[in-house]
Amino acid sequence: MLATRHDLIRVIPAEEAMRRINVLMGSIGIAMLIITACGADNAAQEEADEVTLTLVTHDSFAISDGVFESFRAETGITVEVLTSGDVGSLVAQTILSAENPVGDVVYGVDNTFMQRLLDSSAIEPYEAPALTDVPDQFELDSTHRLTPIDYGDVCVNYWKDALSGPPPTSLMDLVSSEFKSSLVVQNPETSSPGMAFLLATIAGTPDWEDFWKQLRANDVTVTNGWEAAYYGDFIAGGGSRPLVVSYASSPVAELIYADPPVDEPPTGVLLDSCFRQVEFAGVLAGTAHSSEARLLIDFLLSDTFQNEIPMNMFMYPTSSTAELPPAFAQHSQISDTPLSLPPAEIEANRQQWTERWVEIVLG
Amino acid sequence: MNRSAYYGLGWRTLAVACAAAPVAFLGLFFFYPVINIVVSSLSQGWTGFLDIFDSSRARNAIWFTTWQAAASTLVTVVIAMPCAALMARTSGSAGVWLKALVTVPFVLPTIVVGGAFKELFEGLNGSVGFPNLNHTAGAIIVAHAFFNFAVVARTVGAYWAGLDHQLEEQARTLGSSSSHVFWRVTWPRLKPAVFAAAAITFLFSFTSFGVVLVLGGLRQATIETEIFRHAVVRGDLATSASMSVIQIGAVLCLVAVTSRLERRTSVSTQMMRSTIAPMRTTTKTTIAVFSLIFLGSPVAVMIERSLKAADSYGLQNYAALFEKIPQLPTTSAEALGNSMIYALIATAIALCLGVVCAITIVTRHDTMSRFFDLAATLPLGVSAVTVGFGILISLNRSPVDWRTSWWIVPIAHAIVALPFVVRSIVPMLRQIHPSIREAASLLGSSPLQIRAQIDLPLIARGLTVAAGFAFAISLGEFGATSFLPRRADTLTGPQAVFRLLSTPGDLLRGQAMALSVVLAGAVAAAVICSEILSSGKKRRREVDLPIGS
Repeated sequence: MLATRHDLIRVIPAEEAMRRINVLMGSIGIAMLIITACGADNAAQEEADEVTLTLVTHDSFAISDGVFESFRAETGITVEVLTSGDVGSLVAQTILSAENPVGDVVYGVDNTFMQRLLDSSAIEPYEAPALTDVPDQFELDSTHRLTPIDYGDVCVNYWKDALSGPPPTSLMDLVSSEFKSSLVVQNPETSSPGMAFLLATIAGTPDWEDFWKQLRANDVTVTNGWEAAYYGDFIAGGGSRPLVVSYASSPVAELIYADPPVDEPPTGVLLDSCFRQVEFAGVLAGTAHSSEARLLIDFLLSDTFQNEIPMNMFMYPTSSTAELPPAFAQHSQISDTPLSLPPAEIEANRQQWTERWVEIVLG
Repeated sequence: MNRSAYYGLGWRTLAVACAAAPVAFLGLFFFYPVINIVVSSLSQGWTGFLDIFDSSRARNAIWFTTWQAAASTLVTVVIAMPCAALMARTSGSAGVWLKALVTVPFVLPTIVVGGAFKELFEGLNGSVGFPNLNHTAGAIIVAHAFFNFAVVARTVGAYWAGLDHQLEEQARTLGSSSSHVFWRVTWPRLKPAVFAAAAITFLFSFTSFGVVLVLGGLRQATIETEIFRHAVVRGDLATSASMSVIQIGAVLCLVAVTSRLERRTSVSTQMMRSTIAPMRTTTKTTIAVFSLIFLGSPVAVMIERSLKAADSYGLQNYAALFEKIPQLPTTSAEALGNSMIYALIATAIALCLGVVCAITIVTRHDTMSRFFDLAATLPLGVSAVTVGFGILISLNRSPVDWRTSWWIVPIAHAIVALPFVVRSIVPMLRQIHPSIREAASLLGSSPLQIRAQIDLPLIARGLTVAAGFAFAISLGEFGATSFLPRRADTLTGPQAVFRLLSTPGDLLRGQAMALSVVLAGAVAAAVICSEILSSGKKRRREVDLPIGS
């Protein structure tokens, strides 16, 4: 027996074993080296003369490659973009790190979450001169801490070919028997378009609680997120429902990214159901580069940036001097009289409204 | 005695240094941030904590989280055990392909898997007696079984192959039936690996986020989704932190119980060379076909959709991976490259830390062992929101101003993968009979030589499994990554998939499918490579191993 055990310990030659141990220790060493190296790297960057601004935004942010290059050419300031989670997560993170912000400018906070940020001390006031070109309806912050950069609408979309009759024209049509078992919406507790649609019904129906009771009776489907609604239950993803809560720009995206190419979008928008979402930017309090950060806010309102918004983010520019690209100019429908609620009212009632919604729709 | 005194100093220094590495690492990147966010959030108001137990919604969430995790674990173990038996008996290229297939689910986007299962459920709904699982707890449980199939099949399979099969042979020779042999001889010795795999499955299901939101019904909130809702949607960090404390408490209890079970049932073997009893070909085929259908159908749906271009089939969606589109800050191919680099770094870190943790857990029978056991498992049981926000407010000042560094992402991945690594290795290390180490020590080997010449080679199979898990976990990780502020150009593959799927349009969806298929292919390739590498080593070892019985 002992002889066998003796054989067993010679499982591999000693050199081989030592080599493996070295590899193991080496890997730990390399990991530690990487860590220190990166630390040193950051420090070196900070010491450089040229100012680098950090723009903190949400995961849906997108902009063409050269846009911030032209800002650099104008001002000598480099812009680095940091993204983190959705709008809610961006707001929570901005407030959490208010004392020691991650960047210099925050971008992408919308009117459904802005009050939470305004109640904190995370943002510095700055009134951009270019605001003169922005219609008053977008200026929702009288303290001039949050500057409106882009906007869009959350609306009910319909799949044109799936409707036997004419498309719905008002919110109240959605509870009629004609559109029974047709609509899919998102849970306002977990989805931002879902929340916007709940706000649309609060702003746009005489009695929203009764509206949702009727909608439930009309067999509305609810999902937790936009993807599950659009690609799950809606016709676009192979589902069976012809109506879905999505964005006013969704038909344009369906057109641009159609395969095979089409001349007309397969979907349309119920303009009466649109809730206006405005996205804002602000200078983070505590930035070491306050004046440069203000320049960046100005740049976000410049035509160079504003013209890029539609094709990159499928939102609309707030500046009246910006131009819409042809696909948007031709095919997008945007409401002239969108539904809206004051941000302070949204923040004050969010919990109560969503809890009531849960009782009515899921109870 | 003299010898241990002689080796003592050097070895002890090394051991302390080794053990200090994971402690320092987890302490800095996990425990400090988590404790910091929980304490600072709770200091805003303790009432939130008391309210939780008053709220029926929170109580329901706690109850639902627990029972669905328990049910998911049970279902996973039951359906994956036959595959574990098959894996223990399958060598060669068939075995390698099987191992690659079971690991693929880790990187599949939940929304795609959800869609495939939805179609499957709706299809099955027509067949007699099959309930429609869509948007029910059943759907969540099936999806958890899908994602964790590999944990049970691979951990138990690898351990099973390493058992001393002579006992079974003897039992059979004495006339026992094969089911009798399994339940009386094999099962009791498999238990440690089953408990280890079950613990990981339970934790994975306990803190599952995407699956619950995408596949579950609307009333099915878990502690994890409630933490997200309170922290992100409502901005109520105090309540979210209270939920985190409850989650961590539950996880600690679970880890304490399973590690106790794992210890109590662990049986060391003499590591004799023996052959596992063969399986009937029909049984083998049945198990293989079942695993193929269960794991392969979402993959098949994904491949089919990725090839769909315009009205025919083609590779256009794959070509699009190299084109820059406005919706992504980099091309999909670059995002994939980022993910591969992160996965390699995360795997290296997780393996190094995991081996040290596992050796400490097995060789120290005291508080230190228990401490490492808890510390190395906890990361799987703590909400991604808590960890992400914790890092944000903790690693924020010099000398640890690291929250926005790119490498914090692979480090977060390594921390998530660590429990998988440790749980793959620990049962294997316990399998090594102490007398082997004693004999080596008696014959003059230093503790370091024992680690290097006995422990490491004998757990090589476990290390291969662990490396595959760590790589797959990192490549598929979404939650923890999305709560860390990242530079836009360090986008990962799963995040690119998510972003492609968040704008309507066939081309974007086609590209998302193609990217998912490539991610799945990358995981499969990594598993195949690690299997080939380790089987090459094994063959070499067999030559200088004159073990017989």
